[in-house]
Amino acid sequence: MADFMQFLFAGLTTGAIYALAALGFAIIYNGSGVINFAQGDFLMLGGMTCSAILGMHVPFALAAALAVAITVVIGLLLYWLAVKPAGETSVVSLIIITIGASIFIQGVVQIVLGKNQHTLPSFSGDTALHILGAYVLPQSFWVLGVASLLVVACAVFFRFTLIGKAMLAVAANRLAAQAVGIPAKLVLLLAFGLSALLGAVAGVVAAPITTTSYDLGLMLGMKGFVAATLGGLGSGLGAVVGGLLVGVLEAMMAGYVSSAYKDAVPFVMIIVILLVMPRGLFGAKSAERV
Amino acid sequence: MKGLVRPSQLVALAILLLLPFAMRNNFMMDVAVRVLLAAVAAVGLNLLMGFAGQVSIGHAAFIALGAYGSGIATSRFGWPPVLALVAAAAGASVVAWLIAKPILRLKGHSLTMATLGLGVIANIVLINEVAWTGGPDGMPVPPLQAGGLALTSVGQWYALAAAVLVLAIAGSLNLYDSPAGRALRGLNGSEVAARVMGVDVASFKVRAFVLSAFLAAVSGSLTAHYLSFVSPSMASFTHSVELATMVVLGGMASTYGAVLGAVVLTVLPQLLGGLQGYEMMLFGLILMLTMIFLPKGLVPSLEDRLRRGVRGADDA
Repeated sequence: MADFMQFLFAGLTTGAIYALAALGFAIIYNGSGVINFAQGDFLMLGGMTCSAILGMHVPFALAAALAVAITVVIGLLLYWLAVKPAGETSVVSLIIITIGASIFIQGVVQIVLGKNQHTLPSFSGDTALHILGAYVLPQSFWVLGVASLLVVACAVFFRFTLIGKAMLAVAANRLAAQAVGIPAKLVLLLAFGLSALLGAVAGVVAAPITTTSYDLGLMLGMKGFVAATLGGLGSGLGAVVGGLLVGVLEAMMAGYVSSAYKDAVPFVMIIVILLVMPRGLFGAKSAERV
Repeated sequence: MKGLVRPSQLVALAILLLLPFAMRNNFMMDVAVRVLLAAVAAVGLNLLMGFAGQVSIGHAAFIALGAYGSGIATSRFGWPPVLALVAAAAGASVVAWLIAKPILRLKGHSLTMATLGLGVIANIVLINEVAWTGGPDGMPVPPLQAGGLALTSVGQWYALAAAVLVLAIAGSLNLYDSPAGRALRGLNGSEVAARVMGVDVASFKVRAFVLSAFLAAVSGSLTAHYLSFVSPSMASFTHSVELATMVVLGGMASTYGAVLGAVVLTVLPQLLGGLQGYEMMLFGLILMLTMIFLPKGLVPSLEDRLRRGVRGADDA
């Protein structure tokens, strides 16, 4: 039982990180129909730039804020320089562009910040707390807390603010939204900025647990995508539930079966999910357009 | 049906035959062999990505399957290399066929993510199953030989690789113009429309996937023998992306485009004196820039320009 609780807490912690990655996917997908393959790299950028700035003896809060700001700028640039110039193009082209962006970002980080793993100090010490028979690091609570906060903030943003509603309108029908005077391109730019923000914050909060390196985004992005698909692409609630489910299943796999093959879990899941319930748990119905 | 040999193939053949005379040293020949072997895999991936429009960024998994299949069968079981190569290619095809059914029901980004996962898993397996694969260090592979004749010199390798590439190109060009090729291009345009026209979409996608896996495995087996060594980096994400970049840069749905992509992406690092860590940045940049400015890729864009030029001359 203690083992089970231990794996459960570990799973929920990584699950919360996946949930934030999934939420980032959902926001951009909703706005533009683009699956941003560079989503995981936003998390990596948050962690990596924060650790690099900390290395310059900058106070932690400032370093974290700068890291998030830099990542948001990169997210905006990604839309501005790569997605927008492609214009109205096929899904395949957009997939290749964001894959290209992801590899480009990884390549640049690898050159500028090196291939080594970086880590951040825990926010409030490394003394594990004893809860329900499991030892839990305080950082896990930071991850879970920040994730919940961001999820609630997103829900409030989309439901109660004008910009949030404009984003939902563009997601629902881009042409109609433009017809009533919503600047669709600006909204898409915002979507990239917002999902970069979510990714960067998640990356900074998670780095003390996961450590971070230039290629971290690949795995995080893939698992975030699986989480988003599991929950139903485009659904905010789905992204959170999906993220937690993927995290917990993976932790159970690592704990009870084989830790070397835990990364295989999301891959197997994605095929099963898409075959059994292609719309995910909370996804909207959709028909393919000819 | 245009017949088995076209003018373009004769030109390609002539280039391949004359090229060795222009090579001044073994280093250039070595690069040429690497280009040819990479081109075989790129021509294969083009069948899936270019013809059928299914983006895979996990195809290095099949290259590794061929390479490790050959490596393990020859060095651990003492199989003759030719038998091992055939078995590895057949094995990779069967694996591709088994996973194609479920995986190709996915579309667009889901499929791409699934192939990405496939590549990642292949890499994990190769690194962890140390007893079979030698783990992260890789394993040595004996030279390619048949009936006492061993391929040793780089010239012999050039001949073999060129012959395999010519076969792959001929097969790919014939497929493009065949009813099956039209069906594939049709489902690339619109899957629903193709289905309405009576195309068995699922079965054609599976065939393209298996064929591309087969060519990847053949390329992998030969590469393993040529380098006398295999390592898990053969199945790495970077390698998969490199392959996809070849296809995208050269031109999706263009057989010669895939070859040109292989030439550029193999020769470029040599010209730059090894990329020393810059390859990821470069591949990413090439992918983005090609898609934004030359969405059709190098060869189809050049063809368009030539055709327009000819037409312009006629008008004058």
